Amino acid sequence: MNTTIIFTVATLAILGLLLAIVLYIVAQKFKVEEDPRIDTVESLLPGANCGGCGKAGCRAFAEAAVKEGLGSIHCPVGGNPVMQKIAEALGQTIEAKDPQVAVVRCSGSCDKRKKTTVYDGLATCATIASLYGGDTDCRFGCLGRGDCEAVCKFDAIKINPETGLPVVDEEKCTACGACTKACPKQIIELRNKGPKGRRVYVACRNQDKGAVARKACLAACIGCGKCAKTCPFEAITVENFLAYIDYTKCRMCRKCVVECPTGAIHEVNFPPRPAVVKPAAPAAPAQAKPVAEPQEKKVEIPVEKKD
Amino acid sequence: MRTFRMGGVHPADKKISKDAAIERLPLPKTVYISMGQHLGAPAEPCVAVGDKVKVGQLIANATGFVSAPVHSSVSGTVKSIEMVKDLAGRPGKAVVIDVEGDEWMEDIDRSEDIVREIKLEKKEIVDRIKACGVVGLGGATFPTNVKLSPPPTATPTCVIINGAECEPYLTSDYRVMMEMPEQVLIGGTILMKALGVDKCFIGIEENKPEAIKKLKALAPQYKGVEIVTLKKKYPQGGEKQLIDAVIGKKVPSMGLPVDTGAVVQNVGTAFAVYEAVQKNKPLFEGIMTVTGDCLEHQRNFIHRVGTPLSFIMEYSGGVPEKASKLISGGPMMGKAIVNVDAPTLKGTSSILYLTEAQTKRKEESNCIRCGKCVSACPMGLEPYLLNKLGRASRMDELEEHHVYDCIECGCCSFTCPAFIPLLDTIRQSKAAVMKIMKSRPKK
Repeated sequence: MNTTIIFTVATLAILGLLLAIVLYIVAQKFKVEEDPRIDTVESLLPGANCGGCGKAGCRAFAEAAVKEGLGSIHCPVGGNPVMQKIAEALGQTIEAKDPQVAVVRCSGSCDKRKKTTVYDGLATCATIASLYGGDTDCRFGCLGRGDCEAVCKFDAIKINPETGLPVVDEEKCTACGACTKACPKQIIELRNKGPKGRRVYVACRNQDKGAVARKACLAACIGCGKCAKTCPFEAITVENFLAYIDYTKCRMCRKCVVECPTGAIHEVNFPPRPAVVKPAAPAAPAQAKPVAEPQEKKVEIPVEKKD
Repeated sequence: MRTFRMGGVHPADKKISKDAAIERLPLPKTVYISMGQHLGAPAEPCVAVGDKVKVGQLIANATGFVSAPVHSSVSGTVKSIEMVKDLAGRPGKAVVIDVEGDEWMEDIDRSEDIVREIKLEKKEIVDRIKACGVVGLGGATFPTNVKLSPPPTATPTCVIINGAECEPYLTSDYRVMMEMPEQVLIGGTILMKALGVDKCFIGIEENKPEAIKKLKALAPQYKGVEIVTLKKKYPQGGEKQLIDAVIGKKVPSMGLPVDTGAVVQNVGTAFAVYEAVQKNKPLFEGIMTVTGDCLEHQRNFIHRVGTPLSFIMEYSGGVPEKASKLISGGPMMGKAIVNVDAPTLKGTSSILYLTEAQTKRKEESNCIRCGKCVSACPMGLEPYLLNKLGRASRMDELEEHHVYDCIECGCCSFTCPAFIPLLDTIRQSKAAVMKIMKSRPKK
């Protein structure tokens, strides 16, 4: 009995020793020299493998960072702190990038944009977009089936069932850009977060003529150009009946927000305005039907806290 | 009786408008002639606002090899050249003409006589067809002259005229065969001459016995023309399926139909070819069916290209109260009409009214791998698998499973007992995979 145990243990021990020697030799012979800095960089990365940097994953990013330097790549998820650490580890210097966030450029909520057809097929935005303009008359607007929500790895974008529009959680959004690629209407765009997270942007993509756009959606940009006239910094241009705010020029005076007759320009993360600031608009505040008639002037000041 | 070998389904044929003779629609006040009437590059307008045009006058030139010119379908003044929304609500360039009278170009032969003798030579025929803007009227609106100029690698051996009309409800092809049988036969003969072949098959499904009888009686006068009776099965009118059914050859995957030697043209196209070559009449009219179970009077019309659909609907008695979905084309492959003001195109074959009960999708349940979709697929694909792979965006595996071979006939969705929208996902993945394949560098 004892000899059996001794024999077994001895055989396995010798076998183990032999195999260890073989493995050691093989490991020495076929050793792959890899820059140890790749591991260092990878360990500093968030490890989301989201592809927001344009690489296949965090490992691919680390390899590129070590080989090509940090000049052209940026990890939007880790942001400046992570990039700074990586730069230190690699002995490089980089400029801090403005943090970005996803911005939804559509304000056609269910009450402002009537459904004109019933869509009964597969409920993804990509399917609808491949078939027709969408179930409202605005062929530029959000389709509301949540392709953006489905691709978000950070749980940062959700369709609000009341408005039918996606809402970005700014805390969670890492600006990886997955939603911008998933959206067949190119409604979602990455924008600089802005000082204290404050931004002013045109929440519409409708490039139809004003009357057509207005008929389809009460919140559409009609390209009237009032905002461009009001802007003291010439930051707003109107092209194809759609206003665009150049954020490098915008000083966030918010005059355009007040001026916009349809409320297509949104302001985010600003403190609420004092209630007395009413625009000197000729509209009678007593009119009971806001946004019901096409020619109606804006009555209320939009202090929308979007997102 | 011949039919294609793989897959297929049997939807109820519902040819309720088959006995309605073709009527001529009155002229609308304004026509909107789209520049994107055909598959390929849109045509470029060659008229200016304010120009007077006649019926049949060239108003837009083709802009590439796969493209077709467009002719005016009415006489009048060009009002504007603007973006007009198509039936899916997507804008496209169109020439808008205010109708004044009905003055035709002088060189169009408007007599009723049938011209039997083919005077033009091979090359002249193809050039005439090209100049007259003839496109395939079976649905895809592929420029006919391109099909008649096969690549040097392929040798055509026969012409197949597609009279299958396998889509339920549609009867425009049937009416063409019933009312213009000789013209179709002459059209077939012209196509044979253009390709330099001596065989022409006309494939007709068994549910059109009168048309078969009529054409069979006339066919002996035309050398090389043979009428083939086909079993009733959808999608027999698909180009690849028809070739398989008639001459028993399979179009290779990613190959051209002409690789089998067959060139397929619809009966409507054969008629258009006859009119172009024998009567010098460009393609500016189309034959369409207005039908639906909820519609009181079933009709077949000749429409001028560019007539607003709403005008046709009004003329044929308005939209029935029960109709909840409007379709242009057949119920299997047709497109939903979102914009009723959209103009007709060369290839517009029907307005179909369906009720809510006919169109409401049932709730989707789980796939139990029953394999019905696999046996129904006429291309030998596995729709249930493509659906799963498509939903997981596994593009490499989709390519391995030949998603690009899908002809989008909808047999899988039609047959699925779990009401899974198989075609919806497959169409998506097909587009995505084709995009990837096209972006690859060519070897």
